[in-house]
Amino acid sequence: MTTLIEAPPSDADGLLPSKKKSSGGGLGTYILVRFLLILPTMFILVTMVFFLMRVIGDPITAAQGGRLPPDVLAQRIHDAGYDRPIFVQYFEYMGQVATGNFGTTITDRRPVVEMLATFGTATLELAINAVIVALLVGIPLGMVAAHRRDKAPDAVLRFFAILCYATPVFFAGLLLKLTFSVWLGWLPVAGRASTRTELAMGSLSAPTGIYWLDALRSGNMAALGDVMAHAVLPAIALGLLTAGVFLRLVRTNVIGTLGKDYVEAGRSRGVSEFRLVTKHAYKPALIPIITVMGLQIALLLGGAVLTETTFEWKGLGYQLVQYLNARDFVAVQGIVVLLAVIVAVTNFVVDVVAALIDPRVRY
Amino acid sequence: MNATIVSGRKQPLVYRLPVISHFRKSVGLQRGMLVTGLVLTIFFLLTTVLAPFIAPYGYSQLSDASGTFPAQQAPGGNHILGTTVGGYDVFSRVIWGSQTAVIVIVVAVAMSIFLGVALGLVSGYFGGWLDRILVVIADAIYAFPSLLLAIVMSIVINRGQSSFWGGIVACSFAISVVFVPQYFRVIRAETIRLKAEPFVESAKVVGASSVRIMGRHIFKNATRTLPLIFTLNASEAILTLAGLGFLGFGIEPSSAAEWGFDLNKAMADASSGIWWTGVFPGMAIVLTVLGLTLVGESMNDLNDPRLRGRKRAGGKVPAGSPGPTQAAPGAEASAESRMP
Repeated sequence: MTTLIEAPPSDADGLLPSKKKSSGGGLGTYILVRFLLILPTMFILVTMVFFLMRVIGDPITAAQGGRLPPDVLAQRIHDAGYDRPIFVQYFEYMGQVATGNFGTTITDRRPVVEMLATFGTATLELAINAVIVALLVGIPLGMVAAHRRDKAPDAVLRFFAILCYATPVFFAGLLLKLTFSVWLGWLPVAGRASTRTELAMGSLSAPTGIYWLDALRSGNMAALGDVMAHAVLPAIALGLLTAGVFLRLVRTNVIGTLGKDYVEAGRSRGVSEFRLVTKHAYKPALIPIITVMGLQIALLLGGAVLTETTFEWKGLGYQLVQYLNARDFVAVQGIVVLLAVIVAVTNFVVDVVAALIDPRVRY
Repeated sequence: MNATIVSGRKQPLVYRLPVISHFRKSVGLQRGMLVTGLVLTIFFLLTTVLAPFIAPYGYSQLSDASGTFPAQQAPGGNHILGTTVGGYDVFSRVIWGSQTAVIVIVVAVAMSIFLGVALGLVSGYFGGWLDRILVVIADAIYAFPSLLLAIVMSIVINRGQSSFWGGIVACSFAISVVFVPQYFRVIRAETIRLKAEPFVESAKVVGASSVRIMGRHIFKNATRTLPLIFTLNASEAILTLAGLGFLGFGIEPSSAAEWGFDLNKAMADASSGIWWTGVFPGMAIVLTVLGLTLVGESMNDLNDPRLRGRKRAGGKVPAGSPGPTQAAPGAEASAESRMP
């Protein structure tokens, strides 16, 4: 009976999805086991999405029903194989997904993989920008809050963190747009770049799809400035959402380490308060921060869907809404599966990084 | 007052109620946060109840005795917060929106608590293959971006229908799919811990059925943390509802007032400098979520003795001095990640 006792999910254990505790303890074994744990998660998500999407009906009727004559519709359903038993289709789809083939979108007849690659880079760019903003805002402010604990700055910063969470990204986006684009006229209202830059980017050979990188590589400084100006507001809107979480995390963890003996020892040797907070207390506090940062990827991707729609940033989230409105479920399935893969892989990488930093995690 | 809390004597029911007991424990900044949150939340609830009396017009009303409402009228006159592009009165829609939000929160959270607690109890108590399968599924859902899941669910349930209750149920269900795993995890972990306790074993010896043990002995003890999760989830539910509405997968404007949808329509106005259609519904979301989050956060801090601020002991030690209140990093980390 007593052997069944399991600790309640008090700390990291409760955060990481079903971390297996291998008794061997080798890093290699840990990484392997952790990697294999991605597979059931992926399998369940892909299965869930597949059946949820099929509850509505076959993708072709959903997208084009009512617009095509019934016999043409039936012919197209037959050609695509959607009139076969659902389980046959399911196993076929799983096989295709396993080999990296997500099919062709119904509305604009593009290979899903190509569509994902095009819009995925835009989302990646937005996510990178947002994380930069979140780190720049969250980490220093978190240290300040920890250092001035329970004083006025701490109270203000904690309130700011909660406010960051309470403000939906699209409302933050609206306020930023109103202030900086409409009233002050400093920054563009929406989009990833102006039409001229878009054309310049389109004519590049072997573009990465990340605009500022492409602009840098081609040495087009005007385009770089344009891209940067477009990137500022979306990055702030999405970045602030996660900045609040980072701030609170850094604060809590730095407070935890600030009370340690070695910090006190440093203080007694005359190490400056600034150095104590930014070096001594901050570095050991990094491990839980990295772990939770990885978990923020889901929040970030959800926020990206809203941010992209707010700023007409043509990435995966923007496209997802377009395809959903067009009832193109093949494309939707592709995007959702890709996002699930990103989340699963990020969590895996985070766990491995945490294990590399702190050997205790591996047990 | 302090002494009565410390002693184990049973206190009157009023003082043992979640929010009231937290208030009595709080001090200084924490009490300020809790009170601010409570004021905002009570204001929000009052608005909901009194909406028919406060709102000058209906949420989908486009004209009154004096004629059709003008479109995009600036705040002032008959429409104190202006009108939208469609001619709706912004103030009325903001007020009515609180009703939609409350109904969705109640339906969504009630649904997810029921499912989550039931599954968690069964899974934790019986264990075995059912437990394993449920845990893997819950983890998979938990790791997935919640808004995406809600979008997919609302598309599946809604299929374009737009009646009031149809929309409410679709949204609530979409939101509860996200929450069920959270309740499931908490209750399951508690159940596993509790079922090894002597009182469960003695209940077994006496011959109580599994259902009775789960329903009486474990359930009552495992649900301590629920008020906290409820408050935090309520704010998340509002954000998810607004997100769904903003993306156009929520409730139609003619069947209910919904803040997210209004913000969606307001995005186009913003480019031409019309601010009132978006700013007011947005403020409503922020204030409501802020209130609920402040209450939830304070309760979370007050539940944890390491984070709770202390009252002055003989006027020497200032409240919340670093000495007695060292926070353990891991402990709050779990709360941190639960919040967003």
